[in-house]
Amino acid sequence: MEKKTPFKKVTISPLVVKEQVIRLGEKTYKKTQEANVFFVGIGDFILFFWQTIKETFSLSFEFNEFLRQCFQIGNKTLPLISVTGLIMGGVLTIQSRPVLADFGALSLLPGMVASSIIREMGPVITALICAGKIGSGMGAELGSMKVSEQIDAMEVSSTHPIRFLVVTRVLAATLMIPILVLYADALGIMGSWAAANIKGSVSFVLFFNQAFRAIDFIDFFPALIKTFFFGAAIGLMGCYKGYSAGQGTKSVGIAANSAVVLSSLLVIIIDLIAVQITDMLL
Amino acid sequence: MTNNKPVTPESQNTFNSVIEINNLSKGFAEQQVLKNLSLELHNGENLVILGKSGSGKSVLIKCIVRLLNSDYGTIKVLGENVNELKSKGLAALRKKIGFLFQSGALYDSMTIKQNLEFPLIRIKKKLTKMERNKKIEEVLENVGLANTLDKMPSELSGGMQKRASLARTIIVDPLIMLYDEPTTGLDPVTSDGISALINDIQKKYKTSSIIITHDIECARATADRIIMLKDGEVYLEGTIDDFENSTDELIQSFFKE
Ligand SMILES: Nc1ncnc2c1ncn2[C@@H]1O[C@H](COP(=O)(O)OP(=O)(O)O)[C@@H](O)[C@H]1O
Ligand SMILES: [Mg+2]
Repeated sequence: MEKKTPFKKVTISPLVVKEQVIRLGEKTYKKTQEANVFFVGIGDFILFFWQTIKETFSLSFEFNEFLRQCFQIGNKTLPLISVTGLIMGGVLTIQSRPVLADFGALSLLPGMVASSIIREMGPVITALICAGKIGSGMGAELGSMKVSEQIDAMEVSSTHPIRFLVVTRVLAATLMIPILVLYADALGIMGSWAAANIKGSVSFVLFFNQAFRAIDFIDFFPALIKTFFFGAAIGLMGCYKGYSAGQGTKSVGIAANSAVVLSSLLVIIIDLIAVQITDMLL
Repeated sequence: MTNNKPVTPESQNTFNSVIEINNLSKGFAEQQVLKNLSLELHNGENLVILGKSGSGKSVLIKCIVRLLNSDYGTIKVLGENVNELKSKGLAALRKKIGFLFQSGALYDSMTIKQNLEFPLIRIKKKLTKMERNKKIEEVLENVGLANTLDKMPSELSGGMQKRASLARTIIVDPLIMLYDEPTTGLDPVTSDGISALINDIQKKYKTSSIIITHDIECARATADRIIMLKDGEVYLEGTIDDFENSTDELIQSFFKE
């Protein structure tokens, strides 16, 4: 810039215009590239999803690897889910107790807590924990296999890496996460009973009777169904991010990280959709 | 998915050149890696492809097995146009090609035995468990790794990992072997061992091979014919003697080391 004068006459030189136009062009190009990458990403995912489905229904199924993955999922998350489940029930109870006591409706406590655990808290919290633990694990494991060319090695030896690595993991997550959710629900209700016991003793049987009287099939079933989708989403995202990792060790971290982010996000979105659908149907 | 045409030595012999590449081009984003490259791999020969690091050697053999899609040109392997194959045909063709990765690419969550079993179970489905075990032991013996069955890949040295990886590749009896820098990162003695192994495999399994390297000793030991790549093009083609006697500066610099 030259000397500062308060009212400077603006002269537009063609050179400046040209520069601006070029800058604008470059920016637009960059943005289009970004959009392009985004859509290519979606296309990639759809392709990956389609291949996974195709391989799922191929005749040979890697049963041993599937069992191993189921075991791994349970083994990795059980302690974490136990603790969270118990605390979740306890916290819910401690927080709702004063409100219910004000209304003199303390007898509704077990039912209310059980219903909110089974409908929402259990499935979503368990799924989010699994997104963190399982999703990142899959992203990192497959990512490092991709980076060290192990997946390519399976590919060129015609040993169907998607069938062996992805189908087994996605199915294992789809099966195991509902089971883990049921387990977390049960522990949540136990935690709730324990917390209720802190102030005034409640018999275990009475508490459970009250809790289960409040829960209908209608509460339970949609909540169970959505957990299968949570599981599938976590498995798919973890595997997709790992499987499509770039080159170099840095991509392993990126794959694990984006697997967690995207699968958590998917869990929340699926939950929203599930709530809407349940609401519409009932 | 089973029931591929049986490949007998006779049917192999009907192809005089097992790999035929014409005008192959391949680039990434702004970078053109391979330019109008043509080459042939004859039946039963060891073809060494020399080139500096980054000259597109790995990209070339990845295009041959279609781990990468080429942009332009044709690649014929055993008479089939690789780029036109559907997934089943591609899978069938890949079973006849052994690919040794630069990094070895052993499955690090499996033992050596499981690594070798992995392709064997899935490709040679008719073998019984006993036959499989026998084959695994035999192949490990051939690469000089008899006592490593239950070791994890991380417990082996670099040279041993290469050997194990080689064992995993040849266990399904490929007709064509593609070696990506088999001796890179190994000490000279171990390298010589691997070079000797490559020659052994060619004799014993009657394979045709492409050996990618920038290691002159390995080229000397294994090559029937050499092609030198520079900037994605064939720079010179000839026998090892042609290369040794060449007055070209670039080639001299390669052979002086
Ligand atoms: N998947 C890929 N994406 C982008 N660039 C790549 C990819 N693979 C290889 N390249 C580039 O192609 C060039 C040749 O690589 P490569 O064939 O691996 O070299 P070398 O001859 O050492 O094996 C390098 O510059 C590399 O950066
Ligand atoms: Mg290379």
